[in-house]
Parts: sequence; structure tokens; C-alpha cells
Amino acid sequence: MTAELLNTSLQLSVPELILAVGAMVLLMIGVFSGERSVTIVSGLAVALLIMSGLWLVLFTGEGAAYNGAFLSDPFARFMKVLALIGSIVAMVMSVGHARAERIDKFEYPVLLVIATLGMMLMISANDMIALYLGLELQSLALYVVAAINRDSVRSTEAGLKYFVLGALSSGMLLYGASLVYGYTGYTGFDEIAQALSGGERPLGLVFGLVFLLTGIAFKISAVPFHMWTPDVYEGAPTPVTAFFSAAPKIAAMAIFIRLVSSAFDPIKVDWQQIVVFLSVASMALGAFAAIGQRNIKRLMAYSSIGHMGYALVGLAAGTQAGVRGVIIYMLIYMVMTLGTFACILAMRRKEEGNVENIDELAGLSSTNPFMATMLTILMFSLAGIPPLAGFFGKYVVFAAAIQAELYWLAVIGVLASVVGAYYYLRIIKIMWFDDPAPQFAPVAGELKLVYGLSGLFILAYVLVASPLGTAADVAAGTFF
Amino acid sequence: MTDWPILSVVTFIPLVTVLFVLPIRDDTETGRRNIRNVTLLGTVFTFVLSLFIWAGFDATDPAFQMVENVEMAGSGFSYAMGVDGISVLFVILTTFLMPFCILASWKSVDHRVRDYMVAFLILETMMIGVFCALDIVLFYVFFEAGLIPMFIIIGVWGGKRRVYASFKFFLYTLLGSVLMLLAIMAMYWDAGTTNIAELMQHQFPASMQTWLWLAFFASFAVKMPMWPVHTWLPDAHVEAPTAGSVILAGILLKLGGYGFLRFSLPMFPLASADFQPFVFTLSVVAIIYTSLVALMQEDIKKLIAYSSVAHMGYVTMGIFAANVQGVQGAIFQMISHGLVSGALFLCVGVVYDRLHPREIAAYGGLVNNMPKYAVAFMVFTMANVGLPGTSGFVGEFLTLIGAFRANTWVALFATTGVILSAAYALWLYRRVIFGALEKENLKAMLDLSRREKAILYPLIALVLFFGVYPAPLLDATAASVDALVNQYSASLQAAQQLAQGAQ
Repeated sequence: MTAELLNTSLQLSVPELILAVGAMVLLMIGVFSGERSVTIVSGLAVALLIMSGLWLVLFTGEGAAYNGAFLSDPFARFMKVLALIGSIVAMVMSVGHARAERIDKFEYPVLLVIATLGMMLMISANDMIALYLGLELQSLALYVVAAINRDSVRSTEAGLKYFVLGALSSGMLLYGASLVYGYTGYTGFDEIAQALSGGERPLGLVFGLVFLLTGIAFKISAVPFHMWTPDVYEGAPTPVTAFFSAAPKIAAMAIFIRLVSSAFDPIKVDWQQIVVFLSVASMALGAFAAIGQRNIKRLMAYSSIGHMGYALVGLAAGTQAGVRGVIIYMLIYMVMTLGTFACILAMRRKEEGNVENIDELAGLSSTNPFMATMLTILMFSLAGIPPLAGFFGKYVVFAAAIQAELYWLAVIGVLASVVGAYYYLRIIKIMWFDDPAPQFAPVAGELKLVYGLSGLFILAYVLVASPLGTAADVAAGTFF
Repeated sequence: MTDWPILSVVTFIPLVTVLFVLPIRDDTETGRRNIRNVTLLGTVFTFVLSLFIWAGFDATDPAFQMVENVEMAGSGFSYAMGVDGISVLFVILTTFLMPFCILASWKSVDHRVRDYMVAFLILETMMIGVFCALDIVLFYVFFEAGLIPMFIIIGVWGGKRRVYASFKFFLYTLLGSVLMLLAIMAMYWDAGTTNIAELMQHQFPASMQTWLWLAFFASFAVKMPMWPVHTWLPDAHVEAPTAGSVILAGILLKLGGYGFLRFSLPMFPLASADFQPFVFTLSVVAIIYTSLVALMQEDIKKLIAYSSVAHMGYVTMGIFAANVQGVQGAIFQMISHGLVSGALFLCVGVVYDRLHPREIAAYGGLVNNMPKYAVAFMVFTMANVGLPGTSGFVGEFLTLIGAFRANTWVALFATTGVILSAAYALWLYRRVIFGALEKENLKAMLDLSRREKAILYPLIALVLFFGVYPAPLLDATAASVDALVNQYSASLQAAQQLAQGAQ
């Protein structure tokens, strides 16, 4: 690699470098000044993420780096901005809660920064090895974060469960990647696509594809690789769950899109049926399994499984409209889920600490009307009722499916969304129709800000649908 | 003509009113009074403005008027508004009924007044929007968004089984609508536009029309509601607060009929013709069966709810007769039913506010101490029966003529419904108003208050006025209905010629 090439490569990956170097520095600060440094490290970590995001938006150009293993294209930039926003918001929300949840250790913000770095590498990956490196960097950081409350049995169990199943899925992914390498002779996505464009597709390659997609399906928690989700969501400290539910999903979905739309584009028929199956199963399970849940974090876990199913509907279409739909869907999903978790974090009482049963929300509309209204907007939006953003998310993915003539997928999807509407409605019912439960403790300012802003975004999405849709169109255009 | 976007202004004024209502605290009597006054003012202002729509409306022009169109590139739809002869009256009906709903809730709603008024104002915006939308996605957005405030209204201020009723209402209608959403997407990909005016010009392939028609039917039949998917209506009506029932019966039920006229008939003429016997059958069953069911009801609101289903049977029958009389009659019947059934629910609300049971058996002999109420109730009962001289007669008569021209047997069976409706309505009237005034708690009831007179008397005047002079309504719809019916028969003929040519 010549100095000039290295120079361009470094320039294209400055946002990642900021995070990597910054994380080390933060670690140093933490180690040398001990536990006292939590506040300053948290603050600096947020600043680091913001800096990386600004650099990404303002100064990063487009092109391939590191011999094509790392891509900076419109799609990567769009998804990275999303992932960064998700990380920043989740980190801001968890700061105030760190003490109560016993996660006020300086490692926590550092690990989140490293996880974010992993996501960004993953989003930009254009090579199996780069993909795996990003994925593992993210996952290893998250395994630790899930178990960060060492004294809690549930948190430890969640971390262990996540680790064991995650390691299994990483293994499958690696196995799939090696099969693909074996049958095509390449690890780069572009080269794989080129090798496959001849129309030949040996059975072993299809096996490799299946293993690869299995590994990624695990990360986005699509059925049947969703088992860890409810337990980890419930067991991990709530701020960690909020983090899990937003940014990592964006990153995993981004690599899913890139993998199938660039490397395996020539064998669309093969991956399309896999995606259709994952999608149908996720939508159905997400809708039905959530009905019986009383714990709101568990409920949100099933809800997120269902939402991944809807997002995959767009991907199953395999068209530009479809990818555009997935991008918009993930954007809206992230806002909804962060807003909802802000509300969940706000469910705490002075004497009991955080509460998680949905019945604790009873009568919220009279005890805290603002929070109740915002949560109601979020719930209706998750259910996909217009004029809220969630509806437009579903609209774009289903429209893509209809265009691709996947009628049955679309019909099953909308029927599942009606079933799903039931449990979102139940939360609204508890907040509005039931007699008030004891009041929650005063809500922290940053949580109010998060759920207020996300509620506003959901409500006013229809006004910004046009520029966001155009931006997503450009991002999706990368592959077509 | 006006040069300002009058449709958008009328649609969103209730939403602007919400901004004025929200800062008022409702924990004091003064605050609650202010909220009621501001809301009433807002809805009356909306009504007055909407009269400008009617005034500026050119009844001789069948095309869409006062069109606004804002392209929203990248979002997949556009913000397009406009009215024609079919929709303009529904806009007026909506804005007209809203102040009455606010007045009807003046005394009966005394907890969470602010939330209640906000929900109603949002609902009003959504309902006006449905009738004005000229973009099919925008239509769907307004169509579905109305579910949110209605769900809250039934669930928070409803009766004992309000939770069950609100869930049933919401999920039932949502289930119907999502299939329509998929059909809308398919139409978009086939025609390349979401503009309703352009979609009307587009010829959908015959095989596709069948599926699209069925998907739209799923939504509108539930909304209408047609037998056998009407079961959510009695529950929702019984549990909703009075004003909620008025809006439900007066406006929300009309969305189904409006949808048939706006989409099914003009956009899928071939499928509409194919499914005509099917719709006729369901309509006749609805008219006869639900009238019989209404006869056996113990609950006043439930009885009126079933009678609504029967009356909507005439509407679907008229629409799918697809001739000028049938369609004109269907529109007239919807407007008239909006006034009459709304008024009947308001009448029930009058006695319900005084004395809480809704069972028919709890009443009797009210004519003795509430003579003015008895007269008002009688006028609306007669209008519900379809007595000549009331607005109910014109609509039923026209739809029956329309059906007679299309299919004599259907008209024959449907006409028996007129007799049955007389049976249940008059029997109800007898049991509530006449008889001896025996029950102690009834004796203390006072006749109509000034507020209640202000609600019921204008409605009486309108019902009688349109009964003897229906021309203002029929004139407004005539041109658009003619165009619709002509276009419908033209496409049928074209398809026939095509089929003959192929032989």
C-alpha cells in the first residue's frame, strides 16, 4: 500500500479513528483516576460520539479504503449517522440512571464507545473479514455491558446467555464466510458478486449463504434466532437494554442489506426465500408472543422482533424501493424505540426504584399527562396507525413488497400488525382507562427531552417525510 | 371563488383550536367552562367557514373544485385536497354536527374535560380531512387516524363495558382497513399516481379490479357497517358517551358509503358490476335481519344502533344500483341519517343525563311531564321510520326507486324493511313516551332545558325542511352523480364491446 493510498484510507476512516483513539484515551483517564472519573468519562464519551458524527457528516468523502475492505458510500454514511444518534441518545439516557442501576463504572461509557466503533466498521465493511471484525468488536463489548451489574443474578445471566448464543452465531457466520470463500475464492463483497455473476451457484455456496444469514439474523433477533432477545432485554439493566434495542440493530440490518444487495445480488432467488421466511416468522411471533407479556421490557423485546420482521419485508422485495423502505423503517424504529425506553426509564418510584410491570403505568394520563401523551403517541406509532411515523415506515416496506409482487408476505404482514396493535393498545388502555397507580418519581430532564423529542418527531414525521425519503433514496441508490 | 386554501383552513382549524384548549387547566369550574366555550367557539367558527365552501361550490361542475396540491417528492404521496358534489355535503354535515356534540357534552362530561374536547377536535380534523382528501394515501391517513381519538373517547368516557367496546371498535376497523392499504399500494404501482382524480381516469385490468374491489370492500363494509360485520357497532354505540355516538352514527358510518362512491364504483366499475348481486344480498339481509333484531332490543341505544345498520343497508343498495336515483338517494339517505340518528342519540342523551339507565323498561309515560321532549323525539322517530314529509322518506324512496330499476326483487324485499322499521321505532316510542307515568324517579324529571332546546330544535327544523324541500341537497350532488353514473356505464359498455369483439 503506497503512502498516498494509506492517506486516503485514513481520511475516509477518520470518524472510526476518532472513536478508536478516543476510547483508549478514555480508558487511560478512567484507569488513572479511578471510579471518581465516571462523570467526566461519560461526558467525554458523548462528546467523542458527537465529534465522530460531525466529522462524518461534514468532512468525510466517499470512496473505498484499505483495498476495498472498507467503504464510505451514501448508504454507509446514512446508517452510521443513525447508529451514532442511537448510541448518543442511549448514552445520555443512561448517565442519570447509572448510579441507581449500579452501572456507574467508567468502563461502561468506554465499552459503549467501542461497541459503536464496531457498528461503524460493520456498516462500512465490504469484505467478510472486515465484517467479522466489526461484528465481534461490537458483540464483545456488548456481552460485557449486558452483565455490567455484577451483583445482579439476572444481569449476569443475561450477559452469559447473550455471550453463549452470540458466540454460537458468530461461529456460524464465520463458518458461512469460510464456505463462501472456499466456493468463490474471495472474501471481498464485490469480488464475490463478480464470481457469482456467471450464474453458477454450487450447493456449498448456498450453505455458506445460509450460515452467514443465520449469524446476522441472530444479531437483528429475527425468528428463529430470537431466543436470547426477551431474556437479555429483561435481564440487562434498562439503560443497557435501551442501547441494545437501537444502534446495534441498525448496524446489523445495514450489513444484512449490504451483504445481500452487493455480494449475493446475483443469487437473489436464494436469499430472497430465506428473508421471506425470517420476515414472516418474526412478524407472527412478535405479534402473538407479546400478547401475554406483563413485563414492559420483555414486551418491547417481542415488539422489536416483530419490527425486524416488518423491516425485512422491504429487504425481501430486493429492489431499490425495498432497501429504501428498510432504511426509513429502521430510522423510524430507532426513534420510536429510544422514546419508548426513555419512558420505561422514567417508570421509577422513590422507594421501589425502577418498575417494569405494565400495570404500573395505570392512570398515567392523570398523574403525568405529558409522559402519557408521548408514550401513547409512541405506542400508536409502533402499532402503525397514521398519521404517525410508524405508519409511514410500514407503508414504504409494504409498498415495496407489493411492487415485487410478494402479495402473501404483505397480507400476512398487515394481519400481524393488527394482532400486534392489540398489545400496544393495551398499554394505552392501562394509561388512559384504568384507575391511577401511585405516582412515579419526578422524571429526569434528559428523559423528558428524549421522549418529548421522539414523540414530536413521530407526530411531525409527515412534514419531514419528503426530505428524509429523498435522502433514503440516495442511500439506497448505492446498490442499484 | 376564493384564492385562499379554504379546505385546508377548514380542516385544520379544529387542530388550531386544540392549541388554545391545551394550556387551560381543567381542575377548576372556571377552567372547565373556558374549555367548553373555546371548543364551542372553535367548532362554530369551523362550521361558519365551511359554509363558504358550500357558497363557493359550483354545483353545475362535476369536477373537483377548490383543489390544492402540494407535491411531496420522496414521500410517496402528495398533499392534495378538493371537493366535488359527492363530498361537499359530508364536509358541511361534519362541521354542522360538531357544535351539537360539544353542547351535548356540556353537562354530562365533567371529568377530564380538556382531554375530551381535545379528542373531539382532533377527530373533527380527521373527519373533514377524509372527505376533502384528493390523494388516496392522504385519504387513508385521515381515515385511520380518526380511530385514535375515537378509541380514547369510548374508552375513557364510555359506559361499563367501555374497554371491550373500544378494543372491538379499533381492531375490527383496523383489520378491515389494512387490506385496503395494500390495495392502495397495488393501485399506486399500477397507475403510477396516488391522486384520486387521476386514478379515476386510469383503467385497472379486470382481473386486478376484483381483488382491489374486495380489499376496499373489506374496509368500507366494516366501516359502514354491513351485515355480517356490523357487530362492533352496537357495542361501540352503547358504550360511547352521547356525543361519541352522535359522531359515530352521524359521520363515521358515512365514511364507508363515501368510500364506495369515491373508490369502488368509479375506479373498479367492472368488479362493482360483478359484485352487485352480492352487495344487494347483504343489503337486503341487513335491512330485514337487523330490523328484526332491533325489535327485540332492551337498550335504547342498541336499538338505534341496529336501526342504523338497517338504514345503511338502503345506502349500499342505492350505491350499487349504480343509477342516478340510487346514488342520489344513497347520498341523501346518508346526510339525512346523519341528522336523524345523531338527533336520536341526542334525545337518548337527554334522558340519560337525568336518569342513568338506558333500558327501555326503565322509562314510560314521559309525555306527561316532558311534552316538548316527546314532540322532538316523535319527529325524529318518524324521520327514522321514513314518514313522508321528513328527510328520511326522500332518501329511502330514492334508493328504492334505484333498486327497483336495477332489480325488482331486491326492491320488494327492501321495502318490507320500511314496515319493520315502523314497527320497532313506534314500539320504542310507545314504551318510552306513552303509558302511565308510574316510576317515582321519572316524575321528577324536567322538560328540555334551554341548552337542549338549542340542540334539538334546529335539527327538527332541518329534518322537516329537507323532507319537504330536498332540492338544495340534490342539486349540489346532481352533476357529480351524473358524471359518476355515466362513467360507470360507459366503462361497462366498453368492456362488453371488448368481450364481444374478442368472440
